[in-house]
Amino acid sequence: MKLVIAMLMDGVIYASWLFVIAAGLTLIYGVMRILNMAHGSFYAIGAYGGASLVGFYLAGGYPPWGAYFMLLGAALIGGTIVGLLIERGLLRMMYGRDEVVMILVTYAILLILEDVIKLIWGVDAYFAYQPYTLLGRTKLAGLSFANYDILLIFVSALICFVLWWGLNRTRKGKLLQAVIHDRDTAAFLGINVTRMFTVTFVIGAVLGALAGALTAPGISVMPGIGVEVIILAFAVVVIGGLGSVGGALLGALIVGLARSAAVHLYPDAELFVIYGVMGLVLAFRPQGLFAIATARKI
Amino acid sequence: MKYATTMIIGAGIALLAAGLFMPGWLTFLLTLAFAKGLVVMGLLLLMRAGLVSFGQGLYYCLGAYCVGIAGDYFETQNALLLILLAVVVCVALAAVIGLLLCRYRDIFFAMFSMAFSMILYGVLVKSSAFGSSDGFNVKPPLLFGWTPTGESGPFLAYGLAVVALVGVGIFVWRYLRSPMGYAGEAVRENEIRVEYLGASVRRIIYTKYLLAAAMAGLGGGITALAAGHIDPEMAYWTTSGEFVFIALMGGVGHAAGPVIGAVLFELLRTYAFQISPYTWQMILGISLLVIILYLPKGVWSLVERVTKGKPL
Repeated sequence: MKLVIAMLMDGVIYASWLFVIAAGLTLIYGVMRILNMAHGSFYAIGAYGGASLVGFYLAGGYPPWGAYFMLLGAALIGGTIVGLLIERGLLRMMYGRDEVVMILVTYAILLILEDVIKLIWGVDAYFAYQPYTLLGRTKLAGLSFANYDILLIFVSALICFVLWWGLNRTRKGKLLQAVIHDRDTAAFLGINVTRMFTVTFVIGAVLGALAGALTAPGISVMPGIGVEVIILAFAVVVIGGLGSVGGALLGALIVGLARSAAVHLYPDAELFVIYGVMGLVLAFRPQGLFAIATARKI
Repeated sequence: MKYATTMIIGAGIALLAAGLFMPGWLTFLLTLAFAKGLVVMGLLLLMRAGLVSFGQGLYYCLGAYCVGIAGDYFETQNALLLILLAVVVCVALAAVIGLLLCRYRDIFFAMFSMAFSMILYGVLVKSSAFGSSDGFNVKPPLLFGWTPTGESGPFLAYGLAVVALVGVGIFVWRYLRSPMGYAGEAVRENEIRVEYLGASVRRIIYTKYLLAAAMAGLGGGITALAAGHIDPEMAYWTTSGEFVFIALMGGVGHAAGPVIGAVLFELLRTYAFQISPYTWQMILGISLLVIILYLPKGVWSLVERVTKGKPL
């Protein structure tokens, strides 16, 4: 029983973390048809920004609860700056190319950003554990969980709701859905597709940075974290179906639970399980679980 | 013999001869570049059919581990036998995985092939018998009783790489001019029409996938012998990304593209690392962007522009 609860809780915590990363990735793909490898760098930028802002803030001797706002602020500022720079400065010139070429473009951006991060923050590890330990821990069926992790579940659920609501219940969201379904027709009807792209990319980048900033207190922030995260996020969105936010949620839950089951039962299979699940899903649903069917070219 | 074949063999002999006078570091660099070029040749076959594999690292790494493990287990250092084994194992694995992968296109093919290479990475990182994430050392190779020592040590791997490159180069050159080779481009342009014409898209892609796996295994095996050390990083997705990078850099329009791309890539990386150890990835990334923007058909298109007067 204890094992089951531990597995479930760890799985859901991990899934909520995965969802925040994957949501940005899948949103950008859904609207712009760009599978954004640089998303891992957004994550890293958020983590570094969060860790150093929290460090500055707490060194100033301000009330510790403000550190949470520092994390959010870091994600907003970092994500917006990087997102705008990349979309306006670079991707704008590349629209209309093959999806696979776009993967390589974002791969190049990933390589560049990895070094930019090293230039700004150096190669030493950063720690910002205060927001993590501040909330204390909760006992649940004899197991101890960090409240911060439980908070993360709610934050993730909130993000999921806001995305769903924004896409389905607002005017802008419905316009965006029109762009997702048919970019050209949407443009004919007078929707400013270019601006939609910019806004979507910035929102996606902020979500990526937010995932990083929220994770920062629980880990040691060091070079290479972005590269590891991106392939996990890929697995999640591919399982769920590229471009579907609901799919990302389901994918995150599947991957999260499968991984935590592996970690508790057979730790050696941790990485294997994630891609094994992905392979299994793709073998039966080649486009992922929630994907929209596309026409074939004749 | 045809003109092209003679040219390729001639280039191979020239490279072998030049290898006798090259400084050690250049021999080593070129060996690794040629090994990567072999992998990218396989990738070229797939890319011409419109399939970009982000998982050639799977066979590259598997080939290398085959050489390393078999060398220890059978206590043989015979380079030819080990590399042959690597190729056979890679093709065997590809024969199974290929059945599944043949059904996927575009991004799904890319992501699925990446997933397989990450599975191998995950398994190797956890397998302490093979040194986990540190990998292990491969003993220096022999060739039928010839034990290279000192100066001639790196030359054996270099020679192998050149010979393999010549063989694969001739094969790819002729393959691209065969019906099966042209079928690749037809598949990229329009699969349904290919089916209507009576060819099996599945079989075309499957064959290309097997060939690509064999070439990647060959490249991996040679890398293991040349570098003397292998680790799971060879199956990590960034390695596979490098191969796609090289393919794009050299261009997939011609069999020479991958080789030129690989040599340029290794030179670029070595010099970038030497000039600025902290920003070499940035230099690589910027060069990739420049190539995508201004030379979408790779460096080889420059050559074609000069020799054939083709526009870019």
